[in-house]
Amino acid sequence: MATLHTVNKSPFQNQTLISCLGHAKAGDSVLLIEDGVYGAMSGNAMSEVVAGMGANVKLFVLGADMKARGIDAARMAGGFTSVDYEGFVDMAASCDRVQNWL
Amino acid sequence: MSEVIKKFLYVNRKAPYGTIYAQEALEVVLIGAAFDQDVSLAFLDDGVFQLTKGQDTKETGLKNFSPTFRALGDYEVTKLYVEQESLDERGLTLDDLQDIQYEDEDDDYAEKPSIIVVSRARMGEVMADQDVILSF
Repeated sequence: MATLHTVNKSPFQNQTLISCLGHAKAGDSVLLIEDGVYGAMSGNAMSEVVAGMGANVKLFVLGADMKARGIDAARMAGGFTSVDYEGFVDMAASCDRVQNWL
Repeated sequence: MSEVIKKFLYVNRKAPYGTIYAQEALEVVLIGAAFDQDVSLAFLDDGVFQLTKGQDTKETGLKNFSPTFRALGDYEVTKLYVEQESLDERGLTLDDLQDIQYEDEDDDYAEKPSIIVVSRARMGEVMADQDVILSF
């Protein structure tokens, strides 16, 4: 039943993350990768929007992409779980479909 | 050919000429139509601009691919889901879009509309009902 959604664009660049969260169903997983990881930071203009719209989905962020951009784990917003590449593969394998929001 | 028919959804979220995504999506849909799968298209966010009528690319030198949408019915691609909220946000109505029809071979080849306007909530359900989702 569940979908894994991936988002690879910064929420400050365009509306992709907002659109993803607006269409995801309760219980789906949303994984932020590449420039999408900026959407997993606390204390910025998008944090409350993401927390509100993402309340019914499971929020994940690819740790390697956060580290690459110098985002300390302490800046990760509550509600997000960090996963590694293996975790990413496991999520893709265990869900019914993957939807990449380009 | 595979005997398992899967549900494929092509998601279009970009305006038609600023990037190549929209035109490439249409190419992939036409190629994919040869594989006898259950194909649907979704148009949301700026993707709804792809379907507007009256597109004229002459002065830009770009190919106007918008008439191709009206040929999709001949390839048995007959479900074009268009999101109401995306239209509303952009000040568009169904009247601003091309009249895209298909001939229903199960109903004496009656001409029927291919565009299905759906709410954002319903679009989410359409997405959740697919086997494969290809984004452009």
